[in-house]
Amino acid sequence: MSILNKNIKELADGLASKEFSSAELTQFYLDRIEKYDDEVKAYNYVNENAINQAKAIDEKRSKGEDLPQFAGIPVALKDLLITKDMPTTCSSKFLEGFKPPYVGTAVSLLEESGFINLGKLSMDEFAMGSSNENAAFKQTRNPWDTEKVPGGSSGGSAAAVAAGLAPFTLGSDTGGSIRQPASLCGVVGMKPTYGRVSRFGLVAFASSLDQIGPLAKSAYDSAALLSVIGKHDAKDSTSANVEQKDYTKDLTGYVKGIKIGVPKEYFADGLSPDVKTAVDNAVKKYADLGCKLIDISLPHTDYALATYYILATAEASSNLGRYDGIRYGRRAEADNLRDLYFNSRTEGFGDEVKRRIMLGTYVLSAGYYDAYYIKAQKVRTLIKQDFVEAYKKVDAIICPTSPTTAFKAGAKTEDPIQMYLSDVYTLSLNLFGGCGLSVPCGFDSDGMPIGVQLMGNYFDEGLILNLAHAFEQATDFSRIPEKLKI
Amino acid sequence: MATNTKIFCNCSNQFGSDPNTNVCPVCLGMPGVLPVMNEKIIEFTVKAGLALNCEIRERSIFARKNYFYPDLPKAYQITQFELPICENGYVDIELEDGTEKRIGVTRIHIEEDAGKLVHESDGSGVDLNRAGTPLMEIVSEPDIRSAEEAKAYVQKLRSIMKYVEVSDCNMEEGSMRCDVNLSLRPFGQDEFGTRAEIKNVNSFKSVERAAKYEEKRQAKLLDEGGTVVQETRLFNADTGVTASMRGKEDAHDYRYFPDPDLVPLVIEESFINNIRENMPELPDARMKRFISEYALPKYDANVLTAEKSYAEFFETALKTHNNPKGISNLIMSELMRHANEKQCGIDEAGISPENLAEIVKLLDAGTISGNISKKLFEEVISSGKKPSEIVEEKGMAQNSDAGELEAIVQQIIDTNPDETERFRAGDKKLQGFFMGQIMRASKGKANPGVVSQLLNKLIK
Repeated sequence: MSILNKNIKELADGLASKEFSSAELTQFYLDRIEKYDDEVKAYNYVNENAINQAKAIDEKRSKGEDLPQFAGIPVALKDLLITKDMPTTCSSKFLEGFKPPYVGTAVSLLEESGFINLGKLSMDEFAMGSSNENAAFKQTRNPWDTEKVPGGSSGGSAAAVAAGLAPFTLGSDTGGSIRQPASLCGVVGMKPTYGRVSRFGLVAFASSLDQIGPLAKSAYDSAALLSVIGKHDAKDSTSANVEQKDYTKDLTGYVKGIKIGVPKEYFADGLSPDVKTAVDNAVKKYADLGCKLIDISLPHTDYALATYYILATAEASSNLGRYDGIRYGRRAEADNLRDLYFNSRTEGFGDEVKRRIMLGTYVLSAGYYDAYYIKAQKVRTLIKQDFVEAYKKVDAIICPTSPTTAFKAGAKTEDPIQMYLSDVYTLSLNLFGGCGLSVPCGFDSDGMPIGVQLMGNYFDEGLILNLAHAFEQATDFSRIPEKLKI
Repeated sequence: MATNTKIFCNCSNQFGSDPNTNVCPVCLGMPGVLPVMNEKIIEFTVKAGLALNCEIRERSIFARKNYFYPDLPKAYQITQFELPICENGYVDIELEDGTEKRIGVTRIHIEEDAGKLVHESDGSGVDLNRAGTPLMEIVSEPDIRSAEEAKAYVQKLRSIMKYVEVSDCNMEEGSMRCDVNLSLRPFGQDEFGTRAEIKNVNSFKSVERAAKYEEKRQAKLLDEGGTVVQETRLFNADTGVTASMRGKEDAHDYRYFPDPDLVPLVIEESFINNIRENMPELPDARMKRFISEYALPKYDANVLTAEKSYAEFFETALKTHNNPKGISNLIMSELMRHANEKQCGIDEAGISPENLAEIVKLLDAGTISGNISKKLFEEVISSGKKPSEIVEEKGMAQNSDAGELEAIVQQIIDTNPDETERFRAGDKKLQGFFMGQIMRASKGKANPGVVSQLLNKLIK
């Protein structure tokens, strides 16, 4: 069995039984990065020390030392997760070469479990975008067709998994930034419940919506990674005081009797026929597996996009104020303080980031605050209530992840609204705060992957992971593109 | 606030460290960091709120105040805007004429401080030690009607805050700062006039001076037919003048919104009750008790309770010797003069409450005279020894032996026949002359009471 097809448990077993060493495993991925990343452009930074760290673990293993569960298994990280000894850039010129002086909580939990960090993955600048075209350094492409985008903002994280440039990765999801690229690249991507994973060390885009989550080839790997990073953290006031648990134990594959809601608002205009067909088939598959499919309504869905873009940009405008050229990051030439701010931010930020800072500043301004920000907060409450009501009737909700499959690079860059619509099916969940994932459910007529989304109630990760797992067992849509199989 | 650590991180809240040594990724505003509320600060704020008779809000929230400045690492200050922790309190102040006046307290909210800029000849630096240190902002109702009232209010606030130990209120170190808002209106008018806010008012004296200056400035402006503009003005303590800093049109739009990184703060009733039960006695209550329990004059009680340290010193001294008025006198005269000269607290002046009480005890027992007691006080401060030891060593005890003293008195009478005659004829002014002579002859040790009796007996 090729290393590429192994899940996390098989990798751990292979290392434990010395079928292969961590150095060999790490080198395998470094070689693939070397071979394919010029085309995929997933990595902003490849960790030069990865192989040495792997060798150190091999040495400990050969001495018979006690090692953590996942010692020596490689992983790669979206470039907004704070790491030490290597840059964290958020794919922004503003933070080019920036090496933070601390490590974030999720990353340190991975380190404690023995993972080897392969490097930092490209993304839309500051997680703002749906195609990875807003990345300042590497505009990641879709491994299935490199003329096309991988989705975003965790485009590098999704593409790296799809292309076999990492066994699994971490991304972040503010309005669909894990699930949408997972869908477009044909991998599993999960956004945990808000508060499940500590945001300490996640560079903030929109603090009330951001959440770190795994991208992987399977529900099983996703569950294993979530079990590691899903831990209460006193350094994050919004971290939920919920027990850490082993989600792989929830993956029984038994889903009979689970009630799945099918929201009519998510199958309306704008959904591409190929995606609709694939998602309809997924719904049927769940019926075949014994789930009860129930028609439901999430009546305020139409307002989600506008609500999201008011709240997310408002928070972003404040969160990104710290990039001022005073303490770290880019500092432009200037004769006075005003110009220092102005020039540094002008040079450091890309167009989409500037657009969102301006939108957010506007909606928080005196005279507009009530009409936009407060109104949007009220609508957010209504959208939350939609979900609360729905989960009184059903255990999970099924719908498309993205209205289309991957589109050609450049196709939507001139039309921000079209780009924003890529997340129309994912961002409601962030406003609600529950968990959700995208799992591959087919291919379009061009052979591009399609994902189906499963949305769960607060802290119901185990349930939707099991649903995804059962689906994977009954189907065969998870695969690596033929041309990238070596 | 006098907490050990900052409001949202574990950095030290100590004043005076080397620049940028009390900092971490959180208070430096690094990407990806998050604030976590220091629980001690909630305790302190509730304490302050109870001391100022406030209602404590069960649920309060934190807001971001957004603006750019190099001393503000995140480009926003975490503060409270809507729903502060404490509201609707009051402080009673005493006016010059002895009457009391109640000043309303609108709210108390908590926030983080910014860092500070250090300007030098070759450029400016940013010191972020102060960034993230906890502040409490106390907003008063527009109840203050004069510069004197303003000063009395601020002094009373300081006294109370020191009593509850939430702050050392050291104005030099910036741990207490005030903004004075002042407006004028024609006599009889209900609505307030346009106000100016005066910043950089950093001492009690400045509060009074700034308010007086501003009152005059606005009065002149209005009398000449002008209008007061709403603006922020800066007080200059060297010149005593306020000058415009920025007008309303330049006012920032701070874009306040609830901070999504901090969940709403919910204070449980039991938390408040626990603090309420452990509240120290406050200055007003203590002042009243000093009058009733120790029969002190109101003046003494006021002075002794103005600072917690005075009251503590006084009551500790009483345990050694129970003469409240005697101890009060010595504290208010010698001890306060000393502390004033040395610019230190009375507990740092070099005499313990026990030693001070012993001086009063020696005085009351007639062992030393009033004059000697002042000398003895100096000796205790300079040597640190016990008063009784010093009296022994230096032979400071006064002579009350009637037999010994009679000889001295008789000798003075004998050598001053003229004065003796006049004194006998009723010239009572000569009492002082005789006392002085006798004291000199006894090297100051004669007990004046005994001498006085002997004099009257022998000259009759």
